[in-house]
Amino acid sequence: MLKLSWHAISGHLILILGAIFMTAPVWVAFMSSTHSAETLFREGLQAWPGGHFFENYNEVLFVEGGVMKRVTASMMLWNSLLLGIGFAIGKVVISTLAAYAIVYFRFRLATPLFWIIFMTLLLPLEVRIIPSYEVVAGMGLLDTHTGLILPLIASATGTFYFRQFYKSVPEELLEAARLDGANAWQFFIDILIPISKTMIAAILIIMFVVGWNQYLWPLIMTTNEDNYTLVIGIKQIYQVLSEGGELPQFQKAYALTILATLPPVIVVLVFQSWFVKGLVESEK
Amino acid sequence: MAEVKLTNVNKVYSNGAHAVRGVNMEIADGEFIVFVGPSGCGKSTLLRMVAGLETVTEGDLFIDENRINDVSPAERNVAMVFQNYALYPHMTVRGNMSYGLKNRGDSKEEIEQKVIAAAKTLHIEDFLDRQPNQLSGGQRQRVAMGRAIVRNPKVFLFDEPLSNLDAKLRVQMRIEIKKLQRKMGVTSIYVTHDQTEAMTLADRLAVINNGQIEQMGKPIELYKDPKTLFVASFIGSPQVNLLLVQYDGKFLKSGSLEIGGFEGLPIAEELVLGLRPEHLRIDDQGKLTMKIDLVEQHGADNLIYGSLEGAKNEDGDDLELCLRLNQDQEPSIGDTIKLSYDHSNALVFNKETGNRLI
Amino acid sequence: MKRVQFSHSPIPYLFIAPQIIIICIFFLWPAAQAIYQSFLLEDAFGLSSQFVWFKNYKDTILTDAWLQSAGFTLVFSFLVTFLSLALAMLLAVKANEVIQGARTYKTLLMWAYAIAPPVAGLMGNLMFNPLIGDLYYFLNAMGWDFNHKLDSFDAGFVVILIAVWKQVSVNFIFFLSGLQSIPKSVLEAATIDCKSNLRRFWTMTFPLLAPTTFFLVVINITYAFFETFGIIDTTTGGAPGGSTSTLVYKVFTDGFRGNDLGGSSAQSVVLMLMVLALTVIQFRFIERKVHY
Ligand SMILES: Nc1ncnc2c1ncn2[C@@H]1O[C@H](COP(=O)(O)OP(=O)(O)OP(=O)(O)O)[C@@H](O)[C@H]1O
Ligand SMILES: [Mg+2]
Repeated sequence: MLKLSWHAISGHLILILGAIFMTAPVWVAFMSSTHSAETLFREGLQAWPGGHFFENYNEVLFVEGGVMKRVTASMMLWNSLLLGIGFAIGKVVISTLAAYAIVYFRFRLATPLFWIIFMTLLLPLEVRIIPSYEVVAGMGLLDTHTGLILPLIASATGTFYFRQFYKSVPEELLEAARLDGANAWQFFIDILIPISKTMIAAILIIMFVVGWNQYLWPLIMTTNEDNYTLVIGIKQIYQVLSEGGELPQFQKAYALTILATLPPVIVVLVFQSWFVKGLVESEK
Repeated sequence: MAEVKLTNVNKVYSNGAHAVRGVNMEIADGEFIVFVGPSGCGKSTLLRMVAGLETVTEGDLFIDENRINDVSPAERNVAMVFQNYALYPHMTVRGNMSYGLKNRGDSKEEIEQKVIAAAKTLHIEDFLDRQPNQLSGGQRQRVAMGRAIVRNPKVFLFDEPLSNLDAKLRVQMRIEIKKLQRKMGVTSIYVTHDQTEAMTLADRLAVINNGQIEQMGKPIELYKDPKTLFVASFIGSPQVNLLLVQYDGKFLKSGSLEIGGFEGLPIAEELVLGLRPEHLRIDDQGKLTMKIDLVEQHGADNLIYGSLEGAKNEDGDDLELCLRLNQDQEPSIGDTIKLSYDHSNALVFNKETGNRLI
Repeated sequence: MKRVQFSHSPIPYLFIAPQIIIICIFFLWPAAQAIYQSFLLEDAFGLSSQFVWFKNYKDTILTDAWLQSAGFTLVFSFLVTFLSLALAMLLAVKANEVIQGARTYKTLLMWAYAIAPPVAGLMGNLMFNPLIGDLYYFLNAMGWDFNHKLDSFDAGFVVILIAVWKQVSVNFIFFLSGLQSIPKSVLEAATIDCKSNLRRFWTMTFPLLAPTTFFLVVINITYAFFETFGIIDTTTGGAPGGSTSTLVYKVFTDGFRGNDLGGSSAQSVVLMLMVLALTVIQFRFIERKVHY
């Protein structure tokens, strides 16, 4: 009996240590963002709340020149949202359509097109980043949302996810719908999309996080400060910090970090079960 | 109301499987036809071709003299009930039933009226606003039926619609389907491999084997007058007893057993003698001797299993025999009894071709 | 492939067109460009170029810098994969065992999935910042002469620590769902047959988790290769002296900062080949995806 409870206690201990390991850095970042630059400079990182929460966040979010020359965190927040949402929606629209064609139609080019789509899974954007940049530049899409989002959508993870799901839909559903006089588009809109609702939601959540967290591509794509996302913004403010000068504004860097972290974290926490299901299923 | 005609229908799947071979069939208006046969024999394929869910490789399909080979499923005006019901999971019962009508362009009032009428017929009017996952298996089955009847189709197609139900519900639904079909007078084709269902539902029964129709006719005809060994062994429960025999001009011989009373059979060929369990009876003068291994009491009758003395099966063991007796006749295990049989009911087949000789 | 499908018509092409067009413009074309450029030598102003066969490969791949980077990438990938898998597996097994607070633990352990690698990198970076970083003080106070700006071992330590931290949550989610898909009855049977917890783990749980682990190994290697870009860029930037520069990071620095297009493309192509090799291995585990 005693042995068993020891086992349980050690289990809790390990989990608590793990939880501290996973949360402490963000906790410290959050707490430190509520202190003044002087406190941080004098006393180092802070583990408990300070009195400068509103001041710091207000300055970062709304005051021009607060973090960078012109852009404010609220604008970057907006850009990040556009990227996250645009990426997620674009991906879902394109991949539900493509997966539908692959699973439900027989057509001549099906096999070669399938392999082209499959190939995109193999080569991440990172290895073709420079020519991609040139293509987008050549199309005059630098510093645009289109140019930012479309190349990221080119990989077909979502397509495979929906293909997997569609294949598990009973065949009789299509047969019944055909007897009921539904054409290809009606079956897609009236039946297939509604029954994929939870799957679509899960994918939207995951893709929102993935899109929000994009770094390399936005980094080389955006030259105009107005188009910075939060993730790019914190890198810039960090560079400003390390260049030195007056008192380093660490509290602002931390406030920005928290702002960049918060939205995807909230989405993941609120939709936790969908998100986990989507993540695990999509890799099957 | 419609007649259905199949002429020389063939189906070869893209993987080369020849699932249906040269089927000819004429189904009269309002007739209830049942397809039976072993798994993989092509029943579903045939049904799905009538529905338009599979293309016809060769041959022609007609509904009311119109060739429908190239007509889309929706325009054939047929309705189908699937084994797993295939209800649209995200729609209410009402939505499920009205989807086809909506696509057809019926007016709102018309749809509502038809749905209510169909729901009344099937006693599901209380569930109209529920989704399929809030219904029991039997209720789902009714909804699937409802979806079929609201459209007032020319032909009903059923592919094993009752096999997901428990035994009791199955009997109940079977009776309801039959009643409904009688009332509506709609030509129906029904696929099953449950032979009680087949016998009880069918106006005419088609026994299918290996993509071909072995025999088609009234259920009782198929039982009494099977044209082939396959039909004889497929229809009737428990299965007909089959004895491997040879004719020597006078007797049918199996091992040391000699059975007389047959004439005009080919000599020295492999033959099969079929004796149905219900055509055997205990008779002290009988020529067959059976040692009882097992007695099954089914209530109204008893099934007696045992080995037939002298006769051997293909493996050289004593032949297993089954016999149906009234409930008041109850021999005990280990007893040896004498049996006789009706000559008029005995069936003799050529083993090679399976054709019936007597 | 469905038994019944919609028949030949232009409709499927319409459905699949958006995906294919985007892939052609933003995937196939750039990938082809990368291969093509890897055989070109451009002059300093990008005005003219010349086809030089494998010269770029020879000049970039066979250099000390590239080999050093490849070496670091291998060590880095191995350590990140191994450490984050081991830690995640430990936590997942424990989280699957406890009854009280299981949900809270799960949430706390998986939420970091949502944090972007560069954000994680920056948070870590500040912790090791000589001005305010507590960890920097702490390590030095412990007697470790810690300075990741100058010492390549210390820099590697920082990068790996952050990369592991960022990856634990994904692995944890997969391990936990892998554990939960093991039928309870199997584990109960094991409890009866084997008394030692540790032994039961190695003889039952670990083998049953093997498919998940294999799959995660591939995922983690891919992560270490590519997604850690953001972490490296926000912590060490490859310093000191390129000792913490992974191959992907080097493609980026050579191509964008160094403006060596041909050399950078040649590196990209080599990376592509490496990923393809990885995929061949992976093929065995995602075969279902490929069955068409
Ligand atoms: N889509 C298909 N592609 C290739 N072969 C098929 C296909 N569907 C059925 N078959 C083959 O055609 C034959 C007939 O199949 P069918 O489904 O009609 O059998 P069935 O009589 O309905 O059997 P069951 O009682 O098991 O439902 C089988 O041998 C089957 O393997
Ligand atoms: Mg069938």
